Amino acid sequence: MDLNYSEEELAFRDEVRAFLSAELPSALAEKVKTGKRLVKEDMESWHAIMNKRGWLAESWPVEYGGTGWNAVQQQIFDDESCAAGAPRTVPFGLKMLAPVLIKYGSEEQKRTYLPRILDGSDWWCQGYSEPGAGSDLASLKTKAVRDGDHYVVNGQKTWTTLGQYANMIFCLVRTSNEGKRQEGISFLLIDMKTPGITVRPIVLLEGSREVNEVFFDDVRVPVENLVGEENKGWTYAKYLLTHERTNIANVGANKVSLAHLKYIAENQKIRGRPLIEDPIFAARLAQIEMDLDAMSTTNLRLLSSPDSVANAGPMSSMLKIKGTEIRQALNDLTRRALGPYAMPFVSEALETGYNEEPIGPDYAAPVSQEYFNNRKITIYGGSNEIQRSIITKMMMGL
Amino acid sequence: MDFKHTEDRIMLKDMVARFIADNYGLEERNTVAASAEGFSRDVWAQFAELGLIGALFSEEDGGFGGAGFDIAILFEELGRGLVVEPFVASGILGGTMLSRLGNDSQKALIADIIAGTHTVALAHGEPTSHYDLSHVETSAVPDGEGWIVNGSKAVVLNGDSADSLIVTARVSGNTWDEDGLSAFLLPATTEGLEIRGYPTIDGLHACEVSLNNVRLGAETLLGDSGKAYPAIEMATARANVALTSEAIGLMEVCRDMTIEYLQTRKQFGVAIGKFQALQHRMATVLTEIEQARSAVINAAGRLDLDRVEREKAVSSAKVLAGRIGRLVAEEAIQMHGGIAMTWEYGLAHFAKRLVMIDHQFGDVDYHTARYVSLSRQAA
Repeated sequence: MDLNYSEEELAFRDEVRAFLSAELPSALAEKVKTGKRLVKEDMESWHAIMNKRGWLAESWPVEYGGTGWNAVQQQIFDDESCAAGAPRTVPFGLKMLAPVLIKYGSEEQKRTYLPRILDGSDWWCQGYSEPGAGSDLASLKTKAVRDGDHYVVNGQKTWTTLGQYANMIFCLVRTSNEGKRQEGISFLLIDMKTPGITVRPIVLLEGSREVNEVFFDDVRVPVENLVGEENKGWTYAKYLLTHERTNIANVGANKVSLAHLKYIAENQKIRGRPLIEDPIFAARLAQIEMDLDAMSTTNLRLLSSPDSVANAGPMSSMLKIKGTEIRQALNDLTRRALGPYAMPFVSEALETGYNEEPIGPDYAAPVSQEYFNNRKITIYGGSNEIQRSIITKMMMGL
Repeated sequence: MDFKHTEDRIMLKDMVARFIADNYGLEERNTVAASAEGFSRDVWAQFAELGLIGALFSEEDGGFGGAGFDIAILFEELGRGLVVEPFVASGILGGTMLSRLGNDSQKALIADIIAGTHTVALAHGEPTSHYDLSHVETSAVPDGEGWIVNGSKAVVLNGDSADSLIVTARVSGNTWDEDGLSAFLLPATTEGLEIRGYPTIDGLHACEVSLNNVRLGAETLLGDSGKAYPAIEMATARANVALTSEAIGLMEVCRDMTIEYLQTRKQFGVAIGKFQALQHRMATVLTEIEQARSAVINAAGRLDLDRVEREKAVSSAKVLAGRIGRLVAEEAIQMHGGIAMTWEYGLAHFAKRLVMIDHQFGDVDYHTARYVSLSRQAA
């Protein structure tokens, strides 16, 4: 048992720090740290910088252009990137589709799509949820019917994050109504420019546009775009859920969020004293910090135990629950730290180049919208209730 | 970074688990707990022979362990067995005070502690000190070469059966000062010492100690006069690593009993574990236990760091073990239903101990406030 990083791990951390200090544009880091909205070009530029260094595909095997980092190295990279204010790379191609292709895709699909993910030619989005298939994903109805060398796709996907930027979408579609619902689902790769596809934005509660509805009206998809076997798509979709172990708890982002909350609480005053000295506030803050410190270790315990894959399913679910609960608790306390200045919301203040005098403290503008926006995190990626069901199913056989 | 225990520690763990499985059933435990001293001298001697007391001491002190993870792995198993013998009182608290403060002749007692032939208890907390470590009103006034001590000590763990007591007393300063505390090592038979022993609700034994003009010779002083506080804090830190590790063992017993019950108990024609209302609560229990375990690992691993880092980790572990211990105990009882309320079923004995750990050396509120104050010191 040793809680310290090894010499090799420390050397790796230094290498990451050197890269970030040399290559992360300071204007971009500033945007991230001050909670400004990132535009497509911001995400693409960081993607390109990471690709140039060869560090984009942290979880892929080396033969496909991955870094070959172990899980602890991936965690170190995430911690350092978050602390430096690097944007998160867009995960849909890199972290969601690629592992499925590497495990289940054809050679042709790997050769075609993996390099295009790395060089940014393709921006992928995820077509899982439907208006009638949320937590009960297997009830999805979007239909793909074989017609010669094509599937003809009809239906609707929803909550498609950043779909407005995507040129490709990976979809779960129904190819059979026989047998169990899970056994009639296939995994299709679809070009967003195909005739019959319409993307419509969904405006979220705080006014942002990050998700979309995607409509499919007789969309013809070549059969070679089927991943693996027909009607086995559920297996591929589930593979991700049980094997995505790093970063599920967002430890790095949570640490940054905590540090930012402390900064705000030192600057907010009550009766002339910093809010962080108020006993009730300080106790709430301490409890979150202690929980986060423990979760960071829970996360490392999972990552550093390759032999405990059997345990990975429930542990991943536990970390998803704790990571999101802690993040929401941080967002909640940050909002409350602002007092009345949690209320003003000048949306343009979150855009780059906004030059007006801030209303209230300069750190106030993004806080409440982040609180409201992050209500999503306990809902998406398998809601926390779904995670609880997974935990009991796996650990109790019920 | 490495989260695997060493071979030696795994052997220790297995050995304790085997001994408890073979010799330490719940019924025997409860019989021993109800005895006059609250533990079995025979079993204590066997634990000593197995080297379990020695595992709490460094090689320098004649043991073969003493690190945070030695404490953690041993106490987790002791928790599973609901062991009542005075590991915390004599091995951790008494042992740490002697090791930190004792001169060579006082330290000679450590060999007897390790051998199980002599037990020590630490009489530090007082009737109105709550959990505050520096709150000491008991006074030691110089008297010739020695001292005269007056005061009261509260809920002294295993003090009623101890062969020696380590008593703390104020030689200077105000009630809450860290400076000005001395520790004295004295035989339990010392004149003027009044000891009132009693059982605790979780099956342990403690006592109230009155010191009425107790005359102590110069040789009883442990360490420098007025400078005992850092050792008291360290002994308490080690005790809290022990107790929170014990809590993990207790939580896992409660967890396993509850899972089995949910799988087998039928109501409305199905196993009650089929009900989502219970499944989701159990999932929360399982998740939180992993959090508690991580916090205890952090505390055990940081026991040798500088004071603020060490004490923050200890307070953090105590907060999580306290909060989650209560959750696990209460949820285990509730999900079992009426059967958990009985003495015979067994779960309650683990649940009682789990809840009472929060009452030893600082509860959730105390350690939250302490964590805040330590964070401010670090800033």
